[in-house]
Amino acid sequence: MAFRLAFAAALLCAGIAVAQEIPPGERRSGTDFMSAETRAIQADDGSNPGMLWVLQGESLWKEPAGASRRSCASCHGEAATSMRDVAARYPAFDTASGAPVDLAGKIDQCRTTRQHAAGLPRESEELLGLSTYVGHQSRGLPIAPPDDPRLHAARAEGKRLFETRMGQLDLSCSSCHDANWRGRLGGSAVTQAHPTGYPIYRLEWQAVGSLQRRMRGCMVGVRAEPFAYGSAEFIALELYLAERAAGLALETPAVRP
Amino acid sequence: MNAPLLAAMVGLAVPGTALAQDAMPRPAGITPGEATEGARLVADRQKSLCVLCHSGPFPNPHLQGNLAPDLSGIGARLSEDEIRLRVTDMKRLNPDSLMPTYAASKAGERVGTAWRGRPILVEQEIEHIVAYLASLKE
Ligand code: HEC
Ligand code: HEC
Repeated sequence: MAFRLAFAAALLCAGIAVAQEIPPGERRSGTDFMSAETRAIQADDGSNPGMLWVLQGESLWKEPAGASRRSCASCHGEAATSMRDVAARYPAFDTASGAPVDLAGKIDQCRTTRQHAAGLPRESEELLGLSTYVGHQSRGLPIAPPDDPRLHAARAEGKRLFETRMGQLDLSCSSCHDANWRGRLGGSAVTQAHPTGYPIYRLEWQAVGSLQRRMRGCMVGVRAEPFAYGSAEFIALELYLAERAAGLALETPAVRP
Repeated sequence: MNAPLLAAMVGLAVPGTALAQDAMPRPAGITPGEATEGARLVADRQKSLCVLCHSGPFPNPHLQGNLAPDLSGIGARLSEDEIRLRVTDMKRLNPDSLMPTYAASKAGERVGTAWRGRPILVEQEIEHIVAYLASLKE
């Protein structure tokens, strides 16, 4: 009898597996799916290892760099005020390049065009530190994606990518994160894939990593060729994820299993 | 859409036609599977991935997923030929299924270079899994 019920439930899931968006009232951060121990590590700044990257970012913020010998602080002042809600609004439209830009891309743009310093590679300790520091200034604020018409096309593309079956396993992001977020894949909670805590300290990595690193993990998991760091595809996905998570509070730096 | 196909897609048995739509004989040239080899393959979290979605009478219950039916007693519920069809290509029964197609080349976009053009499991491996699952009677 038990297996019949389980089968009926699975069939029900399979039946609704075609892209059912999560209603706003049911949106939950990945934090809600974690064990009490991992949540406690995240909640306490003294034990959250991500805070080390915040501290590193804070010193980079004040450090003169590049041919300009200027620091981020020399233009932006106190991050606590000037950067307060920035991460909650990104990705945003970048008029200089005429394309959407994510937070890490924007930081790197300041580095090269304003500080006249060498660019910071994606996932470098410096860029992660600065992104975590800037992201941290929005902790507790709701994700508030801008309603900028210039972002609409890329956001729609992000939604399409989220719902595209990929890789040898032929699964879309939506197959797991819309249709099966209540379930467990192996020993892990599937979760709703909200970008609430990034950059995150992931216990599996023993380090802080970006949202794009996390998405690459899921793509490799379904045996797909991951998109490149900083690619238009990843920025499109980030735009859609932000809209999908609108209203959820930012937690940077979150801790994840 | 014809009635038997529709019936197969929604998983209903239509007397007389069900067998042909819902089952798959052992392919020519494939020898009967070995249940012990099948048990090893089902439990393999990197290669077959079955336990990422399915639970069942396998090692490490806490590392088994719950995105798919429990496979305990599957051999009492389904015939060998019915199991073979499902492990080979679940999408013939349910085109929207979460379960990957194991033998054929049905895959999504951007398949990673290491996997491109290759099935997840070869027919003989599927045959081992069929022999093992058919032996799970309770
Ligand atoms: C086969 C299932 C599956 C698919 C397909 C999948 N994911 Fe995931 N995803 C997971 C699981 C499981 C986790 C949690 C892993 C953990 O905690 O160890 C996760 C975690 C995430 C997270 C982290 C959420 C957080 O709280 O920090 C993001 C973001 C994410 N996925 C995005 C994506 C995107 C984008 C795609 C498609 C390109 C995708 N996923 C495809 C299973 C999947
Ligand atoms: C990504 C998830 C996933 C993976 C991996 C997976 N399955 Fe499934 N499987 C399902 C789902 C969901 C169903 C329910 C039927 C449907 O989707 O229509 C199912 C159904 C089945 C059934 C029929 C069960 C019944 O009660 O009628 C069998 C047998 C089966 N799977 C065997 C396997 C085997 C063996 C493997 C590994 C070689 C495997 N599955 C891998 C998701 C998966």
